[in-house]
Amino acid sequence: MLSSVLAVAADTAHAVNPWVAFAYLVAGVCFILALRGLSHPTTSRQGNRYGMVGMLIAVVTTLVTHDIASLPEILIAIAIGGAIGFVTARKIAMTDMPQLVAAFHSLVGMAAVLVGWAAYLNPGAFGILVPGTLDMGGGLGVGEQMVISPVSRVEMGLGIAIGAITFSGSVIAFLKLAGKMSGAPIMLPGRHVINLGTLAAILLLTAYFTQDQSLWIIAAVTVLAFIIGFLLIIPIGGADMPVVVSMLNSYSGWAAAAMGFTLHNTAMIITGALVGASGAILSYIMCKAMNRGFLSVIAGGFGGDSGGGGAGAAKTDRPWKRGSAEDAAFMMSQAEQVIIIPGYGMAVAQAQHVLREMTDLLKEKGVTVKFAIHPVAGRMPGHMNVLLAEASVPYDDVFELEDINGEFAQTDVAFIIGANDVVNPAAKTDKSSPIYGMPVFDVDKAKQVFFIKRSMGGVGYAGVDNDVFYMDQTMMLLSDAKKMVEEINKALAD
Amino acid sequence: MDFVAILSIFVMACFVGYYVVWSVTPALHTPLMAVTNAISSVIIVGALIAAANAGSPAAKWLGLIGIVLASVNIFGGFAVTERMLAMYKKKERPAPKAEGK
Repeated sequence: MLSSVLAVAADTAHAVNPWVAFAYLVAGVCFILALRGLSHPTTSRQGNRYGMVGMLIAVVTTLVTHDIASLPEILIAIAIGGAIGFVTARKIAMTDMPQLVAAFHSLVGMAAVLVGWAAYLNPGAFGILVPGTLDMGGGLGVGEQMVISPVSRVEMGLGIAIGAITFSGSVIAFLKLAGKMSGAPIMLPGRHVINLGTLAAILLLTAYFTQDQSLWIIAAVTVLAFIIGFLLIIPIGGADMPVVVSMLNSYSGWAAAAMGFTLHNTAMIITGALVGASGAILSYIMCKAMNRGFLSVIAGGFGGDSGGGGAGAAKTDRPWKRGSAEDAAFMMSQAEQVIIIPGYGMAVAQAQHVLREMTDLLKEKGVTVKFAIHPVAGRMPGHMNVLLAEASVPYDDVFELEDINGEFAQTDVAFIIGANDVVNPAAKTDKSSPIYGMPVFDVDKAKQVFFIKRSMGGVGYAGVDNDVFYMDQTMMLLSDAKKMVEEINKALAD
Repeated sequence: MDFVAILSIFVMACFVGYYVVWSVTPALHTPLMAVTNAISSVIIVGALIAAANAGSPAAKWLGLIGIVLASVNIFGGFAVTERMLAMYKKKERPAPKAEGK
């Protein structure tokens, strides 16, 4: 049955074969189910399998419905890429996930550029030729010839442009996240004019491409798009990377969708739309969690790694209390409920495993321990959740901001590890603060606060002083996060 | 398929994506990014078409490079998603405690 269907499909590769279209549709539905599975951890792995099945269907359908002149090369290419991808995925440390995702985005972007160029160079293979007139050049005049259809040219131009932006933007995001390039924003003078001008040039060239399918136009679009992707991301600080990574995720989707239009391929269009929507929603969630407009994030210039030049005058002059690991161990073992608020600092210190040991020790003493995760904690959406999952913290101990924020008033100890701005009450009270309006944890309502921080000198990425440091019930634990938690564990075990 | 038919699929898929993605639990946002990464590599279809066709050597090579890049993403993306999802565990305690939502 299947083979007869495939035989029919192969016979009529270029005519519209309903079975081929149907197979791509099934692949698209599998991708929808892949995302649907992620609505809960128990269904998520099933979802991932659907994704794999969908991909297999799409690839096999393509291979059996085209006359293949170079099967060995194709299989070798898949084997090389597959091996690299598989080994990387096995070896990567969970703390390095943000840069891995950024690197993967850049590959999708580059693949889109390559496919766009291949379609331009060999339009016949993609079935996008239509009869038209072409300026033959060299005084040959205008001749009747097969040309790339104008609609396809727009799709191709946009696909290449979005792909190129995704590529160069993701490369910069990767370098910043991996610490191979300073996370500090790099500000060029007049960058808004340059950026808008470049974008306008890309759109105008794409429009002109419908009139003239010369090579230089598509080459210029490609080069300009590579440049704009670079320019767009360099002024964005390390701390805004969750938004950038989500945005580039979205772009990689739109690039795939644009190519899907060129190829009239349902699987690519559905997937592109899904991924585009996914990235856009994640960007929106991140922006809302920082109370910042998407445009202001994209305009850049906010927050380097060290966050200098803040509004906090005389920040170390105010009195604050220093606590010890023993203090923390004693207070927490006496508590009924402890809420732990992890942030990027936990990831940097790789403290998730010792933190889980701490929660185990506390649970043995009958203490309720919960984790509170802010949407922008870490360098990508859900970053903290993955790290806690890696350390075998059960996911039903981990809570989102709005689900747990009401509980601080009934909480004995709030334990802040590597987070800062997400607990800053200035976001609620100080209208002049750069983080005003950002939803924050009400740790000031907890009876006791422990705040792990490397030193009193540095402030959060927003460069704002934090009143929590100076509250009566706060004890600062000044040390490396992992070392401090290890000491607390020792004290708890005694 | 004509342009309007394709556009219809695209617009509908945007809406499906919108509702499906909002239903993803925030705890799984990192696996969501990893798996969207993997599935957006369905762009490999385009690369396969280019590489399979003998018409233009240049297009063929671009296609082959595209296949390598997309394969890194497909295998890497699904594998890393699988690895992450396998780490999400429920509480081991047998007695399920009522946890007010």
